[in-house]
Parts: sequence; C-alpha cells; structure tokens
Amino acid sequence: MKTTQLNEVHRAAGAKLVDFAGWEMPLHYGSQLEEHRTVRTDAGMFDTSHMLAIDVQGEDAREFLIYAFANNIERLADTGKALYSCMLAEDGGVIDDLIVYFLGDEFYRVIVNAGTADGDLAWLEALRVKKGAEVTLNPRRDLAMIAVQGPNAREKTFTALPELRAYAADIGVFFGVQVGDTFVARTGYTGEDGFELLVPGNTAASVWNKLAAAGVRPCGLGSRDTLRLEAGMNLYGQDMDVKVTPLESGLAWTVDLKSPRDFVGKAALASKPATRHSVGLVLPPKGGVLRAHMVVHTPAGDGEITSGTFSPTLDRSIALARVPVAVKVGDTVQVAIRDKKVDAKVVKPPFARNGKALV
Amino acid sequence: MNIPDNLLFAASHEWAKVESDGSVTVGISDFAQEQLGELVFLEVPEVGRELAVAESCAVVESVKAASDVYAPISGKVIAANTELLDNLGQVNTDPYGAWLFKLQPANKDDLKALMTADKYKASFA
Repeated sequence: MKTTQLNEVHRAAGAKLVDFAGWEMPLHYGSQLEEHRTVRTDAGMFDTSHMLAIDVQGEDAREFLIYAFANNIERLADTGKALYSCMLAEDGGVIDDLIVYFLGDEFYRVIVNAGTADGDLAWLEALRVKKGAEVTLNPRRDLAMIAVQGPNAREKTFTALPELRAYAADIGVFFGVQVGDTFVARTGYTGEDGFELLVPGNTAASVWNKLAAAGVRPCGLGSRDTLRLEAGMNLYGQDMDVKVTPLESGLAWTVDLKSPRDFVGKAALASKPATRHSVGLVLPPKGGVLRAHMVVHTPAGDGEITSGTFSPTLDRSIALARVPVAVKVGDTVQVAIRDKKVDAKVVKPPFARNGKALV
Repeated sequence: MNIPDNLLFAASHEWAKVESDGSVTVGISDFAQEQLGELVFLEVPEVGRELAVAESCAVVESVKAASDVYAPISGKVIAANTELLDNLGQVNTDPYGAWLFKLQPANKDDLKALMTADKYKASFA
C-alpha cells in the first residue's frame, strides 16, 4: 500500500489505518463522531496527501484546460482564483472532479482525486498529444496536502504558522496564494471555512505537529466523508463516475453549455437530456441509516442511494440519491432498508454547513 | 479485549448471560463493538417473538456499516432494551452492560453449544 509523508505521524497518534484507493490512510484517531463535531465547532485537520496536484504550465495552458474541463476556466480572471470542475470523457461520463487554481497566464494547478490520479494524468497527456498543445503536465508527488477545516481553522493555522498570516489572512473563499514554500488555499471538503495547505513533503510532519500544538484536532477520512456528505458534496466513485454525466450527479451548475466554447463531452451532454438527477434524502430521527446502493422507490420509477450516512449534525440519516427527474424536492419516497420500506423526504442539499443544519 | 469469565459467547460475537431466574440476557462482545466502530443506530427484536438458534433478530449500525445480531440460543424474547437507542455510546464503552434483549430459553441444551470465555479468548489466538 502507498503511504503519505504523514504515515508515521498517524501511527504514533494511534490512528486506525485503512486502505483508501490503494493508500494507507487514517479512518479516525479514536472517535469519528467527535472528529466530525470538532470540525463543525472548532478546527480539525486531514491528511489529504494521497490526492495529487498537477501543475499545468506552458503557452497553451489556458486553451488546453478550456477544452479539457467541463466548467469554464475563462471565468478565472484573478490570480489565485479557484474553480471546481468535472473532467469528462467524450460520452459525457465523469472521469474525475477537481479544483483548478489560476496561478498565472501560463500556470494552472489542478488537484485531483487519489484513486483517479494516474488515469487523469494519462488522459490529459493523450489530450495534450491530440491537440498538439504546448503544455507540460507536472505531477507534484513531492508535495503533501493538509486540510485545516472548521470555524477556528484559519486562526489556529496562523497561530501554528505565523508567517502565513500577512499573506493569507485576507484571501477570499476559493482563492489560493503561494507563501514561501507553502501554498495556502481557502478551500475544503467539509462545508466549513478553512485552508488547504500544500507543503513540501519533507516538512509535512513538522507542519502537522505545529497545527496539533495550536489545538487543531487530527481527523480521519471517516469524518471527512460525513462532513462532505452533510455539506452536499459529491464523492467521486460513489456519487458519480465515468458511467454517469454531471447532469445526473447534481453537478449541472459546474457545466457550461451556454458559451460557444467547445470542451470534451459537450456534444454528448447537449444531445441527451438527463432522465435522472441527484437529490438529497432525509429520514426522521431514529429512523435507521441510509446507505449507498439502497433502492429508492418513487412513483416515477426506482432510483438508488449513492452515498448515505448518519449525520451527526442533524442527528438523523441523510443521503444523496440518483432518482428519476420527476422526483422533486418536498416529495416523499420509499427506501428499502433490509426487509422494510422507510419513508424519506426529498430535500435539496446541502444538509449542513458552517455549523448549522440546513434542512 | 475484555472477555468476562461469567459469560458465554457465540461464534458470531454475541454474549449470553444466564440469569438466576433461568432467562438469558444477550448483547454484543467487546470485539464486535470494536470491529463495528461507533454505533449510530440499532434495532432490537419485539417482545414475544420466538427465535431459533442463529436467527437474525437485531441490527447494530455504526458510522461504517450495519451488522446483524443473531440469537445465540432459541427462545422467546421476554424483554428488549429499547432505551439503548438513546444511549448508543454504551454499546461501545460498556458492551457487557449494554444488553439488547432477554430470552426465555426454549431448549437449555442450546447453551452447551456456546463458547466459554476461555474458549472465546482462544478463538482469537
């Protein structure tokens, strides 16, 4: 199994380690539920070094990514601004979802998922060759990534790493800035404020320990998953993959079909309207737990839960489900849980953000 | 791992305690709760239900997954701990105090098929 630069630190902290996409990663450090609540109320940190930063540089970088990504990077006018996007196959299937940072006229940084990283690189390289684009694709495995999240995350980051404050205190949401050898981005995957830090791998342990000393709680991928689901964010491989389009995955807002620009997958998306869409489901308190792959019965036909969990913030179960487009917010549907059919309410995600329940 | 000497155990990691009145109290073992992780939901059987040996009769759900609980012996459910749903953490912190249900055994010989604490300990060796 692959390990991140922080593996020894996790072991020393007593983390329960699991295989995630071929990487040995912390699931939790004792209590997933407490880690979750700490991020909603204070500050927690996640080792996300299994994800990959790919630097795309060269005179054609902009044109190349305009064509490669479903969201339109032409919208990135200010240096440091980030954009969430899908990268699609020709048939509109989602190869990966990613965040791209605009770092200069010929310099973009793309953060992709761990399990898809090698495939993404191969796909982008093939696209580069096909387009004859003057770009280099540089996978930054030398960098470690730490996500510090929660209402107190930014302040505690500055306590731990005071040299960042002067440069990163005023950056807006979804912006990144390079400060010395640390890339600081005001992004995350929890529905809370905070930073994602990219640091040289050999300093990762030192940065992690400074953050811990400043009162940032180490959190595992278990709470990362419940936090992102409460925040209504998709997980690649679960809520979408290469077999479905972004329009069927709650990501229509990230696909730009209006502008004249062409991009990979555009023709396919434009030619086949979605018959299913992604919605949120909520159970009553103590109503059981929704899980991925459970069947959702609706008058318009069956659907399926793509991610389900117990929500610590709402104290009930929540899920994302792919259902026929006729199913609307406010409807009641039935979910098959073992031998029972349980009523679930259809809602519009997010379920919780910034410490508050939203449904 | 905590394995009290006064309990019997099923291979599916339920514990059974023979009470002085002959009834049998059932829960899940320390090993089982450790494997599951923090509990977020459970279902206990209805009082009056007749259970066969190894019949699926309760569900414990953690942050990770749902897991069936099986009847360690045959018998009739004479009590179910419905209050545990408001105190799920007890299953993790005190698995031998957090009982799920009580049975009136249908066949005392069923108990002989369960493991003693020593045998259960040895099963992890």
